[in-house]
Amino acid sequence: MKTTRLLSSAPIFWRSFRLATWLGWQIESNWADPFLFAIYSLIKPLSSAAILVIMYSVITQADFESPIFPYIYLGNAFYMYVGHVMTGISWAVIDDREHYKTMKYIYTAPVHFPSYLLGRGVARFIIASISVFVTILFGVLFLKISIDIDQVNWSFFLLTLFTGVMMLALMGLTLAGVMLLLVHHMFGVGEAVAGALYLFSGAIFPLEVLPAYLRPIGFLMPITYWLELLRRLLVGKVASSFPTLQSFSNSELYLILVALTFLFAIISILVFRACEHRARELGLIDTVTNY
Amino acid sequence: MNFAIQTNHLGRVYKIRGSKKSTAKQLVALQDVSLEVHQGELFGLLGPNGAGKTTLIKILTTLLAPTSGTALVCGYDVVKEAHKIRPIINMVSGGESSGYGLLTVRENLWMFAQFYGLSSKEANRRIAQLLEIVGLADRINTKSSDLSTGLRQKMNIVRGFLTDPQVLFLDEPTLGLDVGASRDVRRFIRQWLDEHPERTILLTTHYMAEAEELCDRVAIINKGRVLACDTPASLKYRLQREAIYHLEVSQVTSPYPQHLQSIHGVRKFGVKPRDGYAILDLILDRDETLAAVVNTLTENQVRIINLQKREPTLEDVFVDLVGKSMEEIERGTNGASHAES
Repeated sequence: MKTTRLLSSAPIFWRSFRLATWLGWQIESNWADPFLFAIYSLIKPLSSAAILVIMYSVITQADFESPIFPYIYLGNAFYMYVGHVMTGISWAVIDDREHYKTMKYIYTAPVHFPSYLLGRGVARFIIASISVFVTILFGVLFLKISIDIDQVNWSFFLLTLFTGVMMLALMGLTLAGVMLLLVHHMFGVGEAVAGALYLFSGAIFPLEVLPAYLRPIGFLMPITYWLELLRRLLVGKVASSFPTLQSFSNSELYLILVALTFLFAIISILVFRACEHRARELGLIDTVTNY
Repeated sequence: MNFAIQTNHLGRVYKIRGSKKSTAKQLVALQDVSLEVHQGELFGLLGPNGAGKTTLIKILTTLLAPTSGTALVCGYDVVKEAHKIRPIINMVSGGESSGYGLLTVRENLWMFAQFYGLSSKEANRRIAQLLEIVGLADRINTKSSDLSTGLRQKMNIVRGFLTDPQVLFLDEPTLGLDVGASRDVRRFIRQWLDEHPERTILLTTHYMAEAEELCDRVAIINKGRVLACDTPASLKYRLQREAIYHLEVSQVTSPYPQHLQSIHGVRKFGVKPRDGYAILDLILDRDETLAAVVNTLTENQVRIINLQKREPTLEDVFVDLVGKSMEEIERGTNGASHAES
């Protein structure tokens, strides 16, 4: 066997991201046969959308003409990204540590660890995108969600979507850092955080519904501006008729989103580094509890 | 002299939190460990479970930060230069079934090779070659979840060697393997180092025979401290002045071990219960002491089934240094103890 080291010229962070993306997709898509996986990918988002639609229908006596319906429906659809991307990245810590017991081999390999974790979230992003698309398509076809395809500024929409996904990935990295420090009680953390943020993001109701002292949490969260902008870009004035962010133009919303994403990027990197450093000090990186 | 590994007064203390702050405890896992492992050496860390072997490996592989002292791998500091160490090392831990079960053997190995920057072509060539050597070639396309524990362990051993590391850490690599597989793995380790004389292996084990068979030098470690470090031959030479006896005796409940302690000339002894009998290993100052031992056993109604004088082993070295056999320490018994002459 040659002893020559064949280190490729590819930067380590790209290599880590690319391989983690491949690994993440293998894990996400290979647990069932392709047909079952496809069915699951369709049924799951439609089931969760159906719950919301039924609840709405009961409460409003099936008033699907109200502007609140597309507001809720689209907010709920795009919020799937929050759960999938954010918890997908952080879940990689649990998966590698507890399930596959490979964390120590990954961590001691020449891997750029944050890039690796972000890569592991890509598969969940793809699955979330399918779910969001299916949910919105269902809304357009069967629930009178009116999207004028010719009127939508698609480049701005895609830019907003991309910025938001970056923001969610960075929030996921923060959560992954926290996961490194948790041992026994980490399994429900991702879902708990995503669930808590649901209330403060304006996904299914305007922030005005919240008590005044809780509203600042929503205004500080980039998810709020991201969801608002995505909805406005798809259904225009229907979404902007709600008072929460009415005074902001689309461009202003985007600038706020970018600024908050940038702020979260700095916080995420600092928090992740601090957590990783602390986890190494405490000897928690590869802790397996079989909990 | 080039050192692959150097540690200087290395220490690691774990803080274990109790239910209240006041009940927090400290567990000393490593204490004042100073070692130098030469490039090209197969260096063994020999000690019972909980001796600190894995803690030392975790520090050297950058998984864990030390709480005191320093450690260098190929001249790089494990705390400040972890990113320079990781591309040139690899590790394998025994007794576990790690690996991505949804991936095949080839995919698992290919992915790790890619992390280390190997080209796909070179990775596939090495994978095929190494799997052939360890007898796993026919399972290359088997999902690793379908492998037995032993075969998965072999896959992990291949993963460790695949990247041709400058320093390879093997933490109990034969733990959980059957006799035949353990022998194959030991032969492969020795063969690899013979073919790559510039590479270094740090191997931890609690199997005396494994350390004796494989290692150029051995450090005996217990309770986080290195008690001795030398070649197996030199360690055993220390005991060649003494008389070492191996007895098989009937298993009795009488407190004869306490009586043995009081015999002048009994340096150390260890008792290992077996099915229906017990093994008594004795280190005596001189052969004449044996008569007093036999008398004591007879007085305690202990029947001697077999008695033989033998050459010292690393097990005897361990008993001499620690005062108990490794088996006794792992069982947590206090049956044998120190009898100072």
